[in-house]
Amino acid sequence: MSAKDTHWDGVRLHVVTGKGGTGKTTVAAALALALAAGGGKVLLVEVEGRQGIAQLFDVPPLPYEERKVAVAPDGGEVFALAIDTEEALIEYLEMFYNLRRAGKALTKLGVIDFVTTIAPGLRDVILTGKVSESVRRREKNNKFKYDAIVMDAPPTGRISKFLNVSDEVSNLAKVGPVRNHGDLVMSVIRSPQTVVHFVTLLEEMPVQETLDGIHDLKETGISVGGVIVNMERPAVLTPEDLAAAGRGELDQDEIVRGLKASGLEQNAGEYAAVLAAEAAEHAQRTALEQREKARITHEPRYDLPFLPDGMDLACLYDLAQALRDQGAA
Amino acid sequence: MKKLDIDALIDDRRTRIIVCCGAGGVGKTTTAASLGLRAADRGRDVVVLTVDPARRLAQSMGLSELDNSPRKIEGVRGDGELHAMMLDMKRTFDEIIEAHSDPDRAKLILANPFYQSLSSSFSGTQEYMAMEKLGQLHRSNAWDLIIVDTPPSRNALDFLDAPERMGRFLDGRFIRLLLAPAKAGGRLGMKVFSAGFSMVTNTITKVLGGQLLKDVSTFVTAFDTVFGGFRERAEKTYELLKSPGTAFLVIAAPEPDALREASYFVDRLKSERMPLAGLVVNRMAQSSASGLSSARSLAAAETLDERGDHPLTASLLRLHAERMQLAARQERLRGHFASANPTVPVTTVPVQAEDVHDLDGLRLVGGSLAASGHPAA
Repeated sequence: MSAKDTHWDGVRLHVVTGKGGTGKTTVAAALALALAAGGGKVLLVEVEGRQGIAQLFDVPPLPYEERKVAVAPDGGEVFALAIDTEEALIEYLEMFYNLRRAGKALTKLGVIDFVTTIAPGLRDVILTGKVSESVRRREKNNKFKYDAIVMDAPPTGRISKFLNVSDEVSNLAKVGPVRNHGDLVMSVIRSPQTVVHFVTLLEEMPVQETLDGIHDLKETGISVGGVIVNMERPAVLTPEDLAAAGRGELDQDEIVRGLKASGLEQNAGEYAAVLAAEAAEHAQRTALEQREKARITHEPRYDLPFLPDGMDLACLYDLAQALRDQGAA
Repeated sequence: MKKLDIDALIDDRRTRIIVCCGAGGVGKTTTAASLGLRAADRGRDVVVLTVDPARRLAQSMGLSELDNSPRKIEGVRGDGELHAMMLDMKRTFDEIIEAHSDPDRAKLILANPFYQSLSSSFSGTQEYMAMEKLGQLHRSNAWDLIIVDTPPSRNALDFLDAPERMGRFLDGRFIRLLLAPAKAGGRLGMKVFSAGFSMVTNTITKVLGGQLLKDVSTFVTAFDTVFGGFRERAEKTYELLKSPGTAFLVIAAPEPDALREASYFVDRLKSERMPLAGLVVNRMAQSSASGLSSARSLAAAETLDERGDHPLTASLLRLHAERMQLAARQERLRGHFASANPTVPVTTVPVQAEDVHDLDGLRLVGGSLAASGHPAA
């Protein structure tokens, strides 16, 4: 890993959450690349069966198996895993109870369907259990298999419940091995090795959900990581012009003169009016964004730019670099 | 591209249910509320059933919050009425139990730990209860149009699958196995059962501890009477969704993920022969100067940069170029959807500078939903 100090030295499990539509999968992938840069080995885990990682890295749908999906700058590697709940449960039964055959029989009877869909606490403990296993896993030489794990987690509204598995499991089973397993998983998630990052846009609802999510998470004793403001638009207008645009006081004659000077002689008057109106809308949105940004008092905060042409693999590397530049990795 | 005619849909008295579905974060709830208000303004008696706990929506309709029974919204123009409610899944589940069993049995079920986790936190309950509520509202005949906003599932398809999955579980083989020994009288009954069953219970006891199994078993025994009805109801609601009085609207944002989900949903609705009305694409960027392309405005801005004057105009041109670039990309995405789904009617809603805060804001969105033609088209 890189020698420089980051905000998260010592952290090995990065959980990334965010409201739907904020781009949490993209941010999780960029963070994995950023953490791998300089020679690290990072596992990026998906738990909701969307195959979003495969799409981002432009590889075929991922099986329930750790696969290399990208090479980071300076030799790091990013592996990806899409956890399938049913497979993970059978694996769990085999690993802890030597019950692989029973697991298969349970699948046939629809019991697996029952436990994974009907008892969400168990489903969550299987998913987080698999992730915490990869955090703890060591090579023969006793070194950790992965330097860091990045989990593309469920959305903000469900994250506290999802991670606070021992509470969920204790509702389900007062005693017994699954309870003990839940406690083991919890010891990883509550440790300083784990942080939860929140991805948001500068809009009212995602910011509110982020603030609520941070509040809820703090009550569970799990560490809050950073807030990542995604898709932030760069400032195009000077603060003075922005203020004037917001008041509807831009000098239209000057805009017309500018348009004519630029070679746009035709419709200059009409275009000037539209440009001024668009600037006013932009000012309104910017003011709203600034208001939302001011509500995010949590530190550290990372800002990622809006990409008007959409996402591709190259953009992912740019976002990873932006995260590194700001100290996230 | 076929244009989705929203007014024809909501003005048609035969339209009794509109289901808004799509990925999370695409503006489903706002769309549902705007549609509801527009339909009420045009004379329908409408109830909007939402699952979104955000208070902003309630506030935009002049209420401090929504709850499990329909509240009247003031400020409708015309003869129609608008009511809104938010699904409380536990309350709805409790009510079903209370309505279908005697008080003692109901008490027993409501106090059961397994029932409590089933009714408050299991994925699928929300979808199932949304369906149940929809069925109730429909049977009450108090409204001539019901607009439903579907739960923010992991996957938009969960909404269609969850009721069936839950019905399958509650009626399933596993439950019958659990139920049978109790019916046959404890230990004696157990003997008749295959070794397979004891292996299953042993495994569950081993993994989850014996208490859970006991809770499930008590629950299932007490629940037995309510049970039979469950699958039947799930099937009835499913049939209701397939009937011609229902219209599905798939909601999306002009982003690859949201439109991909929308495509999945469209395919699924088609294969289930569900009545799909069309696609709503929210938050489209647009400009009234669409004749001034991104490339031309950037070139003009560069000309000004070189001359070293008119910096204001140069930055306004850049702003416009950005907007046109985004609009072009969104238009491309919409075009991809249209060529993959040529028969699906589409309507678009332009991006708003601010979030919706009041009825007028909802009216504005409703107006865009119904507007014919697209400025950039």
